[in-house]
Parts: sequence; structure tokens; C-alpha cells
Amino acid sequence: MTEDRPASPDDAEKPAGAAVSDPNEVSPFETRLRETLGDRISEISTNVDELQVRVARDQFVEVCEALKESEGIDLKYLRCLSVVDWDDDKEMEVVYHLASMTHSDKVVLKVRVSTDDPWLPTVIPVWSGADWHEREGHDLFGIEFHGHPNMTPLILYDGFEGFPGRKSFPMPEQVTFYGGD
Amino acid sequence: MVATEVEITRDGLDRAEMNINMGPQHPATHGVFRMVLTLDGELVTDVEPHIGYLHRGSERLSEDENYQQIITLFDRLDYIANFNNEWVYVRAVEKIINAEVPERAEYLRVILSELNRIASHFLFYGTYGLDTGAMNPVMIGFRERERIQALFEAVSGARMMHNYFRIGGLKDDVPDGFVPATRVLLDQLKAGYDEAKNTLTESEVFIERTAGVGAISGEQALDFGVSGPVLRASGIDYDVRKNFPYSVYPELDFTVPVGKHGDCYDRYMVRMLEIEQSLSIIEQALDKLPEGSIQSRVPRIIRPEAGDVYVNGENPRGDLGVYIVSVGHHATPYRLKIRGPSFCNLMALATMMRGSYIADATVILGSLDIVLGEVDR
Repeated sequence: MTEDRPASPDDAEKPAGAAVSDPNEVSPFETRLRETLGDRISEISTNVDELQVRVARDQFVEVCEALKESEGIDLKYLRCLSVVDWDDDKEMEVVYHLASMTHSDKVVLKVRVSTDDPWLPTVIPVWSGADWHEREGHDLFGIEFHGHPNMTPLILYDGFEGFPGRKSFPMPEQVTFYGGD
Repeated sequence: MVATEVEITRDGLDRAEMNINMGPQHPATHGVFRMVLTLDGELVTDVEPHIGYLHRGSERLSEDENYQQIITLFDRLDYIANFNNEWVYVRAVEKIINAEVPERAEYLRVILSELNRIASHFLFYGTYGLDTGAMNPVMIGFRERERIQALFEAVSGARMMHNYFRIGGLKDDVPDGFVPATRVLLDQLKAGYDEAKNTLTESEVFIERTAGVGAISGEQALDFGVSGPVLRASGIDYDVRKNFPYSVYPELDFTVPVGKHGDCYDRYMVRMLEIEQSLSIIEQALDKLPEGSIQSRVPRIIRPEAGDVYVNGENPRGDLGVYIVSVGHHATPYRLKIRGPSFCNLMALATMMRGSYIADATVILGSLDIVLGEVDR
């Protein structure tokens, strides 16, 4: 990896105050979301066709519970859990893609942790389906999900050294035809 | 002579739990899947699945590949449903670069992906027959799947790793005579489907083996993030084609089969009924197939703006999701995450299997229809 990766897009793309979008575009779902979550979220914005919620680590589990249980929000389906390594910021972002079966509403929940001390509380009590996703995040990115009942290697073998998902993990030399700039 | 009384004691027959290792080299695990069963006599008290034997690091590899090159990696995830996999990926890239797709390409994608769904379900039908002890279904299942793959070969040049969908369209137009050939194929598939149905669906032995086995409630399944036929068998009406419509599915008339009991038989039945629906979808799409271009103009080297998208689609195994993060001005994605439906469905395995008999273990695992290429990625 010799390329210089620019800083994460969100820093450049969304200046302060961007969360307050055109009032004509606020959907009833977004209004409900804002009311329920109140000041527990640090930012809410629209990303293409989904609502994007940013939250700090200490309020994270509370927000998850509210998203799942609150009437009219009902995000009972954890679609995907991804980890993104923002190497240049020395941060890692854990991304939860949530959906509601009843209203077809979609929400992206993002929480950032520092690469030096990467931990998050587990969300297994909220969505059992987070189990293997969290183990995978631990395998590949080294994020500790506190409270996870069985944090053992899932897709890597026992005793594997390093976190192959991270940008800092060395990759063998490759020949690409058009890769990069 | 006085008979000697022999006292029979049961000392030493203490019931101890036993661990049995199944796989990764086991014919009934459908690939390199391993599980450790904890047994109390005949009863399964716990299951510990082990995956990762097929982990190739597809996500990390794609960070060094061009957007067009990554299509080949998606062929190799769920290798039973290649077209469906390619489709979700190209849709994700089309969304991040805002590319148009010509209508003809959309219809051809629907036709090919639904054919692939039928092929996948026929393969499930065959192997599930074997799992439940019937040898005949595998002959029927593979015969019908082979017909579909012959058509795929005529279209894309390959039986399995097609690499045929492109960002903004398709690699080539379909060969001459594709529509009549597909209509003939549909007739053959209908006959094959009827034969399949008569062989297994109404077989009393099969029903006894599967009905009431490995049941899971809809609420539990949803909690585990289960999707696809496994979720619908538990009574939850969730199909990405209906809940988050994409492509030209809103213009096609089809229903989503939903089960009731959440057991192995319902999971089997949902898939069989989906074959019927897919046949009907293909017929409608063939009728509506427009003439025209099959590829829109997209840059030869794709460098999306900074941003992230999550796109999902209904695969034969469930809800396949692709999450792409781009930092802008790069020909490779910054991060690409694949949410494999089999991966999430497998999480519910232990819940389904606890309390069942060991003889049912393969029946329950088979009913999930996993593909390890997508579990391990």
C-alpha cells in the first residue's frame, strides 16, 4: 500500500451544520427518529437513500435499544455490521446497517473508536445476529466487543498473528493493470 | 441345584455427555463446514459451528482491484448463484456512480438471475433428497440444473464463473435465438418441476423426516438476521424484491411464498414454490423484453466520488448485501464488505438443532442450504 489515502470523506463532505437539511425533505420517519433519540446522537444526515446516524461510544448501546424497541422505529433487523479502518485518522468506524420489516425504513448507525484502544460494547443483547459479525470484526480488525460471550477466532485459525483487515497489515506485492492513481 | 441369583446393576452406565466432531471433510456438511455436536445419548444438546476453511480474504483483495475486476470475485462467493451475486455488486457500483442501466439489460438480468435461482433451488432439491435418504431427487435436480447451465454457457461462455454482468449493463447481448431457447427451457423445467414435486414433496417418508424438525420462530429468526427462504418459512414475509424493490421487479407480477411452521419441511416447500414463481417471472420478462442497447456509457476506469453505499438484493439464499466505501478519485474501493446470507443463516443453526436427534442434524443443516464460499468469503 503505497498510495496516499485521503482523509475520510465525511470530514470533507459534511461541514458543521450539514445535519440540518432542507425542512421540506424531512420524512415522518426522520422526525420520529429525532424525537426518540434526542440529544443522544451526535449527527443525523441523509446518505443517498438512507438516514445516517452518528453516535458516541458511551451512548451507543442506549441508542441501539431505542432504535430497536421504540414504536414507529422498529429497526429489528440488523442487516450488516462492517468495520472500516480509517488509517490516516487512526480511527476505526463500526457501521451498523439496520432495517425495519414493517415500514421498509433503513438506518445506518456509525460509531468511531480509536485504533489505539479499539473497543465497543457488544450489541448481542439487542440483536443476536451481531454475534458472528462481531467475532469477524475482532478477527480481521482487532476490535474488542466488550461483553461478547464467545470472542474466539471465527474465520481465521487459532493463533493467527495480526489483523488482516487493517490497512497496516502488509499485503504481498501485486501487479495490477490500472490500480490506483 | 439352587440357581444363583445374579444381580444386575446399572453402575458404570452413567450418562456422560459426548462430543462428536462433524466435518470439515464430511459429505453432508455441503462444503468445508465443521461443527462440534454435544450429545446426550441421541439428543443434541449443543452445537458449535466452525467456519473459515474457505476464507480467501475477498474483501481485502478487492481493495486492490479495479471496480470492474471485482465482479470476478463475486462469482466465487456463492458459486451456485453467480449471476445473482454479480448483480448485487454491479448495482452497488451503479448506485455509487449514479449509472443508468438500459432496460433491455435490466430484463436480461432478471431473466438470468431468476434462472439462476431455479438452478440453485434444484441443486438444493437434489442434495436435500440425499440428506434425507432419497437417492432419486439428486438425479432430477442435477438434470434440470444442467439444462439451465447449458443456456448460461451459450450466453456467457461459462457454466459457472460467468463474469457477464458489467457496471451499467452486460458484457454482450444474448446470442440469437435466446428467447425461443429460453421458452423451450421453461417448458422442460416445468415438466422437471412436476416430476420433482411428485417424487419428494408428497412422499410420506420425506414428510416424516422433515415436518416439525428444526423449527424456529419468526421472531427468533429475525433476531439472528436470518433471511431468504429460511426466514420466510418461519412466517415472516420479507423479500428484498418486494420490501426494497429494485430493477424492473415492480413491473413483474409475482407472489412471495411464506411458510408457517418454520421447520425443515416449510423451508423446503418455500424453495419449491419459489421455483414456480421464478418460472412465471421469467415468462413475463421474456414477453416484455425490449430491444435496444445493453450497455450504458460508463467510464472505462471508474473513480467514484467519496461516499458509501449499501445495496442488497434477494439471492436464492437470502439477503446479500454489499457495502462500498469510496474516498474519491481512486480506481479501487477503500473498503468493501460483503454480507453473505448463508453466514447470517448459519448463526441460527444452534438454536434450530438444540434438542433434536442426532439423526436430524444433517436434515437441519441441509435445510439451510448454505454455500461455504459465501460464508467464509
